[in-house]
Amino acid sequence: MTATFPAPGPLAQARLAAAQEPVEETAISVRGLWKIFGPGEHKIIGTRLADLSRDELRLASGSNVAVRDVSFDVRPGEVFVVMGLSGSGKSTLIRCLTRLIEPTAGEVLLDKEDIGKASQARLRELRRHRLSMVFQHFGLLPHRRVIDNVAFGLEIRGEPKKARRDKAAHMLSLVGLEGQEMRYPDQLSGGMQQRVGLARALAVDPEVMLFDEPFSALDPLIRRDMQNEVIRLHHEVGKTMIFITHDLAEALKLGDHVAIMRAGEIVQIGRPEEIVGAPADDYVEDFVQDVPKSYVLTLGWIMREVRPEDRLDGPEFPSATVIRSAVHAAATADGPIKVVDDGKLVGMVDRRLILSAIAGTEPEA
Amino acid sequence: MTAAATAVRPRAGVRLTKSRQVLLLLVTAAVVYVLAQLFFPTRFTRPYDPDAGLFDWLNGVRDWIEGQTKGPFFEYFITPVRTVLTWVVDLVTGWLNAIGWTGVAAITAALGLVFVTWRTALALTAAFVLIGLMGLWSGTIITLGQVVVAVVVALALGVPLGILAGKSDRFLAVVTPILDFMQIMPTFAYLLPLALFFQIGAATAVVATLIYAMPPAIRLTALGIRGVASETVEAASSLGSTGWQILRKVQLPMARTTLGLAVNQTIMMALSMVVIAVFVGAGGLGDSIIKALRTLDVGRAFDAGLAIVLLAMILDRLSASASQVSDRRLTGKVPWSTRHARHLMVVGAVLVVIGIALGLTQTWADTFPSAWHFSFATPINQFVVWISHNLVLITDGLKNVVSAWLLDPIQTVLTQSPWWLVLYVVVGLALIMTGRRAAVWAAAATLGVLVLQVWQPSMETLAQVLVAVAMTMLIGVVMGTWAARSSRVSAILRPINDAAQTMPSFVYLIPAVALFQPTRFTAIVAAFIYAIPAVIRLTEDGVRGVSPTAIEAAVSAGSTPFQVIRKVQLPMARRSLLAATNQGVVLVLAMVVIGGLVGGGALGYQVVAGFSQRSNFGSGMAAALAIVLLGIMLDRITQGAGARREIRRVEEE
Repeated sequence: MTATFPAPGPLAQARLAAAQEPVEETAISVRGLWKIFGPGEHKIIGTRLADLSRDELRLASGSNVAVRDVSFDVRPGEVFVVMGLSGSGKSTLIRCLTRLIEPTAGEVLLDKEDIGKASQARLRELRRHRLSMVFQHFGLLPHRRVIDNVAFGLEIRGEPKKARRDKAAHMLSLVGLEGQEMRYPDQLSGGMQQRVGLARALAVDPEVMLFDEPFSALDPLIRRDMQNEVIRLHHEVGKTMIFITHDLAEALKLGDHVAIMRAGEIVQIGRPEEIVGAPADDYVEDFVQDVPKSYVLTLGWIMREVRPEDRLDGPEFPSATVIRSAVHAAATADGPIKVVDDGKLVGMVDRRLILSAIAGTEPEA
Repeated sequence: MTAAATAVRPRAGVRLTKSRQVLLLLVTAAVVYVLAQLFFPTRFTRPYDPDAGLFDWLNGVRDWIEGQTKGPFFEYFITPVRTVLTWVVDLVTGWLNAIGWTGVAAITAALGLVFVTWRTALALTAAFVLIGLMGLWSGTIITLGQVVVAVVVALALGVPLGILAGKSDRFLAVVTPILDFMQIMPTFAYLLPLALFFQIGAATAVVATLIYAMPPAIRLTALGIRGVASETVEAASSLGSTGWQILRKVQLPMARTTLGLAVNQTIMMALSMVVIAVFVGAGGLGDSIIKALRTLDVGRAFDAGLAIVLLAMILDRLSASASQVSDRRLTGKVPWSTRHARHLMVVGAVLVVIGIALGLTQTWADTFPSAWHFSFATPINQFVVWISHNLVLITDGLKNVVSAWLLDPIQTVLTQSPWWLVLYVVVGLALIMTGRRAAVWAAAATLGVLVLQVWQPSMETLAQVLVAVAMTMLIGVVMGTWAARSSRVSAILRPINDAAQTMPSFVYLIPAVALFQPTRFTAIVAAFIYAIPAVIRLTEDGVRGVSPTAIEAAVSAGSTPFQVIRKVQLPMARRSLLAATNQGVVLVLAMVVIGGLVGGGALGYQVVAGFSQRSNFGSGMAAALAIVLLGIMLDRITQGAGARREIRRVEEE
């Protein structure tokens, strides 16, 4: 691990270790997933060729590794973000989850069922009821009205017109598009179109929603609105979400867990604070160096043990609070901040810790 | 620009530019030619021998095939197809005749009213009435009936194949070279073999038309299916759609505009071919033209030509507008006709009922009463006479200059050269312009012509093609560049080009004959008129496609407009120019061959003679095959890197 500041405090380290334990309950679990494009798709895994780098393999076999031996677990109800630059294989990865692209090898377990082994009919069943997807360029049908776009998934699975239109209208109100039902997609702005895409994915009431860079095609301000919309919806409907993005800020903002991908491989998985506070290698560190740490790191990350001499009349915050939110309280209170989880005092944060965390973000200072 | 990049690929040692290579090739050929004329002037030439053994053998093949009519191939395939097609054509023509001209005109009016505007409806109806007034009603019905049947069958086969090609990469890979080949094959070439199997008659005309009109249906359907954004298809499939649901709910609706274009193209190509199919007994309007041209009655030919043009216009307007209905709704601008669609449909239905009722009951509505007939024949013939008196200096001058200074020398050189010298130049050009594989194809095609015993007429045809192509390219590139640089010129040329490209090729013979009487030059002029719209369009698109930054850079460096054209725009539009040459050559060949009818002689004439006299079948067949081989040869030479793709790209726009 490279030396960065602020390094996790001793308490945080213990928690980090705990976080490495296997996840007990998963919504989606990916095991050893590979996707290779090209003539040698099925001849490479298990041979020495599989150890070559992407470029070497392309020269040696004319095949291109898009996803290389990827494994991760997504807990029910969380937002799991996969972040990577273009060409890192993230879009291929998310398409492999619902087999829009057939994976070359590996398992995708949805509630212990291997999607990869599902028959075509079973796969359609899963897509119709349990997984849905939101696309970068929306993928709307220009010849259908907004309401029929939202109802498309319901129509596909054979629901009667009245029922599906009612449900679609409800979804549209959920995403804030009341009154737009009878318009056509190209009469709407990009942000509104993506709300239609969102409503369409929600309408089938899936267990897991997949987002393929849904906001990359939008203006920055609209993108922020839509991110907040996703956070709100996530609170309201509580779906498990897998979210692909190339925008680190978006990943840190939305993700309960973030996976960083590079050249088809996952280089680090962790909570946002772990990615920022303890980058796994130079690549990730390079990425996160401009992130203002106090916006991401939590009190739990920098807290120290309670000492006997500590004053206990300071303000209380849960350990998941980002540092920035506690700055004002720390500046005005006399005593150090008490970090309290579930009514239990788990650690202390004094002004010195907060200031050095903030200072650590600006190397020149 | 990969093409440009490979052209100047640096190599060890000296490498000549392409133009230097061509020059070297021609200079060596010229030296050999002179030497050959000096030392063995007739040794390796191949003068035409009408009694060549091969022709007899081909006649024998025909006799053998005709003797097979009781065999299983005929009994279970050819004869049933012919019988069914004949029956259907008769049925459709019968209906069209039964509802009379009032019925047909009413249907046209109703379609125009519902799909376009009442003004168009009026104009289209007037066009039909005008056809009737010229006394060409029954011929028009025959032609229309064949077009309808051919289009229905072409779409019934072509659209499913196109969907398959749209969904399967493998099928597309199989079907693309076949479609490419069908596209370069001159229409004239496959009539004779077809007539051999299907005999003379409407059925053969329909089959020939089918072969000609189906490729765009397949290609455009595939294009439409493939043009649907992959993400939209993914979105539908991520929601659990079956393949059929995706096709029906996503791909077909989203490809609607392209599918409409496919229908439109298929109809226009069908009309064009049905007219040419007169040689296999299609009858109808093509027959009127041929008869008039044979007797050099330009006025009568004009009537028939005008009728074809009007029919083309009617079919084009109706099919093009019908396909755009869905589009207009999406743009949000709702035209009058859509707002009142219900009422218009009622009005249209009433019109149709009245028209058909009249046609069924009234004898005057069956065919156009001959008392109403009039003809443009007399004034047009007077005009032709006037031309021959007053413009003779210009027309004859042009004709004689081109013939004496261009056509004759080229023809002499080509026919007097040893055959292997022609082969040398062909292979050399193919190697330089396109590549090794193209050279092999071109060589094989050239040798094929030699084997077919029609070397001399082929060289005569080739000479006409070369002259016509030179004229077409010279003027076409100038016009195209001009149009690209001036939006006013473009605005004038575009509609003319559009109209010209929807017109059946046969019609172009008429003005050519009117101006130049039947000569070799006439064929060249017809080919020029036929091919130039495509050349102008490809050039214009190419020159327009040059990045504005490159032009700004040249202007800011102080270039004159001419320097910008010569040093920036034309070189950067190189691929489009290559494509224009390829397209020009293919179109010119198709038309030069048809020009055999009006004095062009050479291969085209031999094919026509093959239709008219049994004993000439063999040489006609050899000529037809030679036309195909010439087409392949010229196509391969001019294909260049990416020319085919470029043509397709522009066509698809």
